[in-house]
Amino acid sequence: MLRLFAAVGAAALLAASAPAPAADAKPNDAQIAHIAYTAGTLDIAAGKQALAKSHDKAVRDFASEMVRDHAAVNDKALALVKKLGVTPEPNPTSTALTTAADKKRDALAKLSGGAFDKAYIANEVAYHRTVNGALRDTLIPSAQNAELKSLLRTGLSLFTEHQAHAEHLAAKLK
Amino acid sequence: MSAGRFAALALTVAVAPLSSGVAAAARLHRVVIDHMKFGPLSANVRVGDAILWINHDMFQHSATARDGSFDVDLAPGKSGKTIVRKTGAIAFACKYHPGMTGVIKVAP
Repeated sequence: MLRLFAAVGAAALLAASAPAPAADAKPNDAQIAHIAYTAGTLDIAAGKQALAKSHDKAVRDFASEMVRDHAAVNDKALALVKKLGVTPEPNPTSTALTTAADKKRDALAKLSGGAFDKAYIANEVAYHRTVNGALRDTLIPSAQNAELKSLLRTGLSLFTEHQAHAEHLAAKLK
Repeated sequence: MSAGRFAALALTVAVAPLSSGVAAAARLHRVVIDHMKFGPLSANVRVGDAILWINHDMFQHSATARDGSFDVDLAPGKSGKTIVRKTGAIAFACKYHPGMTGVIKVAP
C-alpha cells in the first residue's frame, strides 16, 4: 500500500495537473478536497471491516477511533466544499488510493484472529504515514483556500496522533 | 413589576454575592484542548478546585485520570468539569487518543 501509493500517487499528482496550461504539478483545491475526503472514507471502511472482524479490545477501540474521527473531518470537509461552492474532483491520486485500499481490504478479508489484527494495524501505520506525508508535503502546501488549508492542517494533527496510536499498537501486537 | 416579583428579584440579588463568595473558595481552572493537544494548566491547582476542560476540536475527546480519580467525556466543541480530589501529580490522557497526555500538579 505504502509503496503503491508512493509510486502511483506521486505520478498521479503530476499527471493530475498535466493538462493545465501551466503544469506546475500541484493539485487544485477541488482535487485536494477529493483526495482528502477519499482518504478519510477509505479509512472509515477499513475501520468498519476491523469492527466486524476483530475481537481484540485495543484493536476495536482503535478502529472505532478511526471511524469516528475520520467521519468528523469528512463532515466538516463536505460542509466546507458546499460553502465554497467547490465540487470535489476525482483524480488519479484519489483513484489510486481507492484501488490500493480495495485490494488491501480484500486481502484482509481472508485473514482472521491475530493475523487480521496485525495486518490491519500494520496497514494503518503505513496508510497514515503515506497520507500524512502527502498532506504535509503536497496537499497543505498546494491548497489555495485558507479554510481548506486550515482543515487539512487540523486533519494532519489528528492523523499524526492516529499514526502514533497505530505504531504503538503495532509494537504491542508483535 | 409586581411587589412579589420585585421581592423575589431583590432576594436573588441579595443572595447572589453570598453564594458566589462561597463558590470562589474553590477555584476554576480552564484547560483548552485544541489540535489534539491539552493546553497549559495552571500551576496553582489545589484540592477541591474545579477544572473546566474546553474541547475546541471537532473530535470527541476525554480528560481521564490514569488513577481513575476523574473521567469526563468531551463532545466536539463542548466543555466538561471535573473536581480535583487529591494532591500530588495526576497524570491524565484522552481515552480516545492515547497520545494526548498531561499532568496536573495538585497542592494541598
